[in-house]
Amino acid sequence: MDIYLPIANLSVNALVIILLGGGVGVLSGMFGVGGGFLTTPLLIFYGIPPAVAAASASTQVTGASVSGVFAHMKRGGVDFQMGGVLVVGGIFGTGAGAAIFEILESVGQIDTVINILYVLMLGSIGGMMAKESLSSVRATRTGKPVVAAKRRHHPLVASLPMRWRFYRSGLYISPLAPLILGFVTGIMTMLLGVGGGFIMVPAMLYLLGMGAQVVVGTSLFQILFVTMASTMMHSLTTKAVDIVLAVFLLIGSVTGAQIGARLAQRMRPEYLRLFLATIVLLVAIRMALGLGWRPDEIYTLQAL
Amino acid sequence: MIRWLALFLWLLPVTASAQNVPKLVPDVSQRQIDIQSGFTGAEMLLFGAIIYPRGVVPEGRVDVAVVLRGPTRSITLREKQKIAGIWINADSSDFRSVPSYYAIASSRPLEQIVNSKTAAIYELGLDRLQLSPSGEVDAAEQRRFADGLVDLNRRNGLFRQEAGTVEITDQVLYRARLNIPSSVPVGVYTAETLLIRDGRVIVADDNVEVRIRKTGFEQLVTVMAKDYALFYGAMAVLVSLLLGWFAGFVFNRL
Repeated sequence: MDIYLPIANLSVNALVIILLGGGVGVLSGMFGVGGGFLTTPLLIFYGIPPAVAAASASTQVTGASVSGVFAHMKRGGVDFQMGGVLVVGGIFGTGAGAAIFEILESVGQIDTVINILYVLMLGSIGGMMAKESLSSVRATRTGKPVVAAKRRHHPLVASLPMRWRFYRSGLYISPLAPLILGFVTGIMTMLLGVGGGFIMVPAMLYLLGMGAQVVVGTSLFQILFVTMASTMMHSLTTKAVDIVLAVFLLIGSVTGAQIGARLAQRMRPEYLRLFLATIVLLVAIRMALGLGWRPDEIYTLQAL
Repeated sequence: MIRWLALFLWLLPVTASAQNVPKLVPDVSQRQIDIQSGFTGAEMLLFGAIIYPRGVVPEGRVDVAVVLRGPTRSITLREKQKIAGIWINADSSDFRSVPSYYAIASSRPLEQIVNSKTAAIYELGLDRLQLSPSGEVDAAEQRRFADGLVDLNRRNGLFRQEAGTVEITDQVLYRARLNIPSSVPVGVYTAETLLIRDGRVIVADDNVEVRIRKTGFEQLVTVMAKDYALFYGAMAVLVSLLLGWFAGFVFNRL
């Protein structure tokens, strides 16, 4: 079933796009991540222009995170105060991201920077997750529980001025820390089309020292609003949001996400994390190799 | 004597006497191509008739070339080079008149039917396109970029050159098929037909226009995204929120 994408200006197979969205959706339902880190590279690999891929993937992440946010809200798993600060930072981040996008595009380095950012981000986070999940798998095998590290925020966070009380997160820290975190994630959302959940979650746990019960919900809350902001920003600046592409991705991913969430309940969490870490590392390795391999196209064309 | 005279008339410049020059009656299968949701590209038939003076079909072989050409645009072409182990855009060149689509079909390979000077004048063939490189770059470098541009577009299906695909019947009727990929840019295209004999273009006609445009929903989306960006963005957000919420709602009932 061929469908013409009016913004990408080409015809694609709708089934491929739905299946792609579905596959990413299953993973995002299983792990509670948006899945943008997989959608964008896969779309580019399929032949969608990089800007359209990143813009439409962030639209898709919005849809994929809605039901998650509702579920966590019901459970009281969202720190709205913390989330609000993160969102404000994130919105400024998407603005900065748009400016960076424009500059990089005019000097012709946008795709290289996107690739390098992906490799660095996925490589480091995938590595961390793999290490952590391997040690917890080993711990369950031997029967010795891992001694949980004492929860506390990073000394750098503690040194920031002007402290606020975040009751639900159980924190008394400067709002500048989540503001900066939100800002950085906002830039990532704009450039890479990722929600940034897997930067947010470890950063919330290990940098801010938030209570684990609100981490995932608050991260989803932030992702929801920042991907909305990034869709708006892309619509206004790059004009690369392809609503047809986004709808087909969404049909797949919202269905997949529900299936993934049910699958996740039957699996052991440490194996689940190891599985996610493997996928993240594989994508990182593929992209790192892509930087060094001779590309299919030596020449790229940009309309003036 | 008469034969000599006929030959003499043939060799007269095209402008000398309109009566003694064959006339082309070209047409295309569609004057308008609409891009809609199911659009996967199109095939265009360029056909027509050659009307000879006093209806006398000349001896010897005539050749026909047809060209379909999209609107020109200015572009920057970037070239990747391997620097410190990774491939990055290292060099670039600007071209001021690159056709967004160019397809040429001929009854025999171009180098067999026209000399290089004629080919250059009429821009016949992918290596003869006048791309107007700008800025002062040395000729070898310009050639490298131009070859890169042609190669890229050829593999995208936006530049095509096919030999032997124009069929000529009884020296009078000709027809050729050109493929148009789904990624074709919109705009007004011109179809040109050239009648070639003894290495020279005897008559050329570029009066046929083809309009390629998006229609219906595809047109609406394109216009909205371009001119009503704020509204379009809000719609995209709303659609994704609704779809996400709806899926959650449905699955909770299951």
